[in-house]
Amino acid sequence: MSSKTIFDKIWDDHVVSTVPEGPDVLYIDRHFIHEVTSPQAFGGLKRRGIKVFRPDKTVATADHNVPTTSQHLPIQEELSRVQVEKLAENCSEHNIALYGLNHPYNGIVHVIGPELGITQPGMTIVCGDSHTSTHGAFGCIAFGIGTSEVEMVLAGQCIMQSRPKTMRINIDGIPGQGVTSKDIILYIISQISTGGATGYFVEYSGKAVRSLSMEARMTICNMSIEMGARGGLIAPDEVTYEYLRGREFAPAGKEFDRHVERWKKLGSDSDARFDRELFFEAADIEPMITWGTNPGMGIPVTAPIPGKDETGNTSEASFRKSLDYMGFNPGEPMAGKKVDYVFVGSCTNGRIEDLRSFAQFVKGRKKAEGVTAWIVPGSRQVEKQAAGEGIKDILEEAGFELRQPGCSACLAMNEDKIPEGKYAVSTSNRNFEGRQGPGARTMLASPLTAAAAAITGVVTDPREFL
Amino acid sequence: MPIEKFTTLVSTCVPLPAENVDTDQIIPARFLKATSREGFGENLFRDWRYDHAGRPRKDFVLNDERYGGEIMVAGKNFGSGSSREHAAWAIKDYGFRVVVSSFFADIFRNNALNNGLLPVQVTGDFLSLLFNRIERDPRVTVRVDLEKQAVSLEGEGVSENFEISAYKKKCLLNGYDDIDYLLSMKERITEWEQKREL
Repeated sequence: MSSKTIFDKIWDDHVVSTVPEGPDVLYIDRHFIHEVTSPQAFGGLKRRGIKVFRPDKTVATADHNVPTTSQHLPIQEELSRVQVEKLAENCSEHNIALYGLNHPYNGIVHVIGPELGITQPGMTIVCGDSHTSTHGAFGCIAFGIGTSEVEMVLAGQCIMQSRPKTMRINIDGIPGQGVTSKDIILYIISQISTGGATGYFVEYSGKAVRSLSMEARMTICNMSIEMGARGGLIAPDEVTYEYLRGREFAPAGKEFDRHVERWKKLGSDSDARFDRELFFEAADIEPMITWGTNPGMGIPVTAPIPGKDETGNTSEASFRKSLDYMGFNPGEPMAGKKVDYVFVGSCTNGRIEDLRSFAQFVKGRKKAEGVTAWIVPGSRQVEKQAAGEGIKDILEEAGFELRQPGCSACLAMNEDKIPEGKYAVSTSNRNFEGRQGPGARTMLASPLTAAAAAITGVVTDPREFL
Repeated sequence: MPIEKFTTLVSTCVPLPAENVDTDQIIPARFLKATSREGFGENLFRDWRYDHAGRPRKDFVLNDERYGGEIMVAGKNFGSGSSREHAAWAIKDYGFRVVVSSFFADIFRNNALNNGLLPVQVTGDFLSLLFNRIERDPRVTVRVDLEKQAVSLEGEGVSENFEISAYKKKCLLNGYDDIDYLLSMKERITEWEQKREL
């Protein structure tokens, strides 16, 4: 038998059939839906006069356009409210579990799946959201899909997909102090560009990856899409099993041990071949920040803005357009740039470890005057845990406020919009023009770098305080 | 349910040379609040097309009356970022049936194909040539022939072939719908599920 990558093992295990000269029909173990990309899919089922094929395999949450204050009150914005109500209606009609607003399990779809133990190694997982790649941290094939594909999964619990190529990204060594998994992934994207992994499914491996917690691994897999990858995954290990043990929907008791035995066989065979393989050293990675308008435009926080796009991914004209939008010039240092807003949250960095690292940094310090900070937990459970651990108190003493869960300013579908022309250091995943509000200028960074900016009011190397 | 067929299209083009055009530019998140598929064309490229007061920006190509047609010619890595199918809906709803670029993001490509919007991937050289000719004469027409998998500049004899999966090609030429195909397999899926349980 030929040797296989983890990707091949999981994919092959889920192929129901192959269309002649066409895609594979891939069975989907878990399907997550939310209010923004699902209504038209349910509309499609209605036109076809059919019901959801396997309602027990779909889980719903409201996250993209919910407010992050006063969630006990009706949603003010009418269109958002209608979308959230429509989701509830559709879930009820089709018997789909819904963790809507105010449900103790509510939160960002890619935060709640893992924390509830719904996401497990070896699974195929899809959702109408590109950051579905997050779940790959557990050793899953997880990827984002469009609404027509959401309809397809609701209709037949399968998706028709051609098999992507495989890429392995090895990161050797141990990251230095103040270097987080967010810095690792921003570094990789800065090296290979936003289209560098298009057409591939990525496996992350190496000592640096093994040294990371589950939540840190999720941050890496989450941003796989930002280099164009179909998805990104990490083979499961003891860290994975320990994270899952005892979680609400994870197998329990002997059943759990039986699953672990199966999961242990998932890893890529030692002589498995990848279509492309890349190698990086953790020692080369510093705290990162973006200066431009795509996630590939990142540099060490200590570095000057480059004179041209060093990834070779953009022409001179596109490079200039990015700098003009940001109001920056080549050669200027990023450190010391004024910061108006700090956003901590999103499916990239809205988990308890992110809030812990931010809180630990700001503890005993004060938020800089003139900085507006939005600290948004990724889920109700994260919010509860933050209160229980005293994080909420630490934040309040330092002049910060913990808001309620949701996608919030990551994509600014709700009221949390960065005003035109203002600069935000954000722990989210995209610095596209207008992503955080029309005219908003986003600098992506880790929660630690965000904390340093929130305290000083300017872009700052967090290592100066460690 | 049959989808709109695509066979051949001859049209003038709208050039958008910007690279890495992400789906947040194609349709900003704040316009994703509808629960139907219609009407997104109104907000296609909203923040490039209109200023904050809602006035058309004269320097944006969709506001330039010299250009029009059903083919958009775009810079490389078109459609990156968010998986929102609303991006494909918006482009289609505005009136485009083809997007030509030298590189497409994966999810956008699938979303486009699922909506009868044909992504045509050409070489960087061919793309430059297209931009050059369209700039010189906005009335120049391009022919896209799906059966032959060919894209050509009318009257110049310059053409290039493009890739598309045989399955997707068949779907578009005949108006077949993926989901109908999957629904016809339900028994097989159920058998597969049962076998897996054992």
